[in-house]
Amino acid sequence: MKKYIKKISLILLFLILPFKAFALIEIDITRGNLDPLPVAVSPLSIDDNSKINFEKILNTENIGSEISTIVENNLRASGIFNPLNKDAFLQAPDIAHLKPRFEDWNLIKAQALITGKITYDEGKLRVEFRLWDVLAGKEILALAFTTAPNNWRRVGHIISDKVYERLTGEKGYFDTRIIYVAEEGPKTQRIKKLAIMDQDGFNNKFLTLGNELVLTPRFNPTSQMVTYLSYFKNLPRVYLLDIATGTQEVVGDFPGMTFAPRFSPDGKKIIMSFAKDGQSDIYVMDLENRIVERITNHPSIDTSPSFSPDEKYVTFNSDRSGHQQIYVMDSDGNNVKRISFGDGLYGTPVWSPRGDLIAFTKLHQGSFYIGVMRPDGSGERLLTENFYQEAPSWSPNGRILIFYRETKTDQEGDGFSAKLWSIDLTGYNERLIETETDASDPSWSSLLSN
Amino acid sequence: MIISKIFKSTMIVLLACLVLTACATKKKVDAGNEMDGDVYTGKDTVGYLADGVPDRVFFATNESALTTASSETLRLQSEWLRANSNITVVLEGHADERGTREYNLALGDRRANAAKDYLMTFGISADRISVISYGKERPIDSASTPLSWSKNRRAVTVKTN
Repeated sequence: MKKYIKKISLILLFLILPFKAFALIEIDITRGNLDPLPVAVSPLSIDDNSKINFEKILNTENIGSEISTIVENNLRASGIFNPLNKDAFLQAPDIAHLKPRFEDWNLIKAQALITGKITYDEGKLRVEFRLWDVLAGKEILALAFTTAPNNWRRVGHIISDKVYERLTGEKGYFDTRIIYVAEEGPKTQRIKKLAIMDQDGFNNKFLTLGNELVLTPRFNPTSQMVTYLSYFKNLPRVYLLDIATGTQEVVGDFPGMTFAPRFSPDGKKIIMSFAKDGQSDIYVMDLENRIVERITNHPSIDTSPSFSPDEKYVTFNSDRSGHQQIYVMDSDGNNVKRISFGDGLYGTPVWSPRGDLIAFTKLHQGSFYIGVMRPDGSGERLLTENFYQEAPSWSPNGRILIFYRETKTDQEGDGFSAKLWSIDLTGYNERLIETETDASDPSWSSLLSN
Repeated sequence: MIISKIFKSTMIVLLACLVLTACATKKKVDAGNEMDGDVYTGKDTVGYLADGVPDRVFFATNESALTTASSETLRLQSEWLRANSNITVVLEGHADERGTREYNLALGDRRANAAKDYLMTFGISADRISVISYGKERPIDSASTPLSWSKNRRAVTVKTN
């Protein structure tokens, strides 16, 4: 077995074993799935020796069953899988992993079965897992890899991604992180910190102390860099933060407020707004040569810019018509076209990583909506309505939007909270994302392993 | 026994109704007196730079145009600034919570600049006035009501020295 294992320090390595691909199971994620696929997630089997070793290193009992719980929770949260209750499982994990008795799994109505095994291997965590099509009685995916033991939660996310990809035909989004603004204190004196967590809310970490106001962090799609707005020394400016090293720097040398930053899809540029004399325009800075280019020049407010995945176009928010609307232009600023024409105000346009849609916030008759439309403005679809919600951010596969919601306070101003929520593009599966503190301005990372 | 219970609960309901109506009416009257359209015209939250010189002006929803009352406030501020030529100020622009964060940052900047521009028409040097926008990040009133929102749509002149 060892000849299959290549070791690259800290980076996961996949060895995709050959498998035959004629499964009966297939999930269509393009429409609302009201009948989630019943799946059995057998606990990953673990031998006694490995168990003792991992307990020592990780201080966690039986990570085999912990990892399978992570997989279960991910699949359940996706809304398209229904992980079955383990109490009904008849076959022991180690035997099921070798050769499932499909009749048994069929009996409890499982259509797919996930089995696996973890071993302690010279200080490393070695994982094997298999996905079985219960009705066809076949293995449809098998994978083995090694990693550092303290990456064990990521192992659960990687298994989830591979299962999701095999059964839906699209990349998953589980081995990802979310950067957001953690909030505390009264509404009039809110304390805000940058925070980062795994997509499922675990491994939460604060990145700033809360001494200055911070807003709108956004991930670089190609690295562990983040761009955000900080009021450091009471000068609101766009900053760049390297999460790995903690190094921060101001982006550009502007004599006034820069805000609304976002990376280009190749991660090499930052597009943002610069406010001067009451006019806000859009600028792009090349991170390699630090050259700043002005893209719009209009007496209106031009903000919330977002590149198309091919970087040929930019969508942005402007009130040049007299009201807040969404526009698309060439990335050099030419051919500005308004694309939002429905009733109400439109803001925070953000281009899907798939390129097919632009997500936005809409304000109409006192309600806030998160919606999507095509880049030419057609096919507007509102996914959710609430008292206050805004700032959608796409999952890396372009299937889910994460955003934040604020509650209405009473006459005394009490009862305020801000929380992260997600919703599928289908408009189904709206979910609260639990955070340690109140939270806003979420941004979803790319897949950490690819 | 039962009758007295019914009587009791009826009285409680009646009392509650009375109290609630009283509150509702009071709020309504207040809001009516303190807003012109949706621009705040009251005195609550207003501070003073000097005797009779209010420190802030208020705006209509999504607007940065100065009202007649705002122009008068800024005229008073310009007189105070002329009389105290060593003083420098920062104009803090704010928006209410009913807008997207990034647009509100730009809107706060536009409001602060509208006030700054007006002060400059009275000959106050641009060197003495800086601007900062807080968007919707620093409301003065945390209730989610039209009256509270009107107090939060503001540009505040703050002494910096």
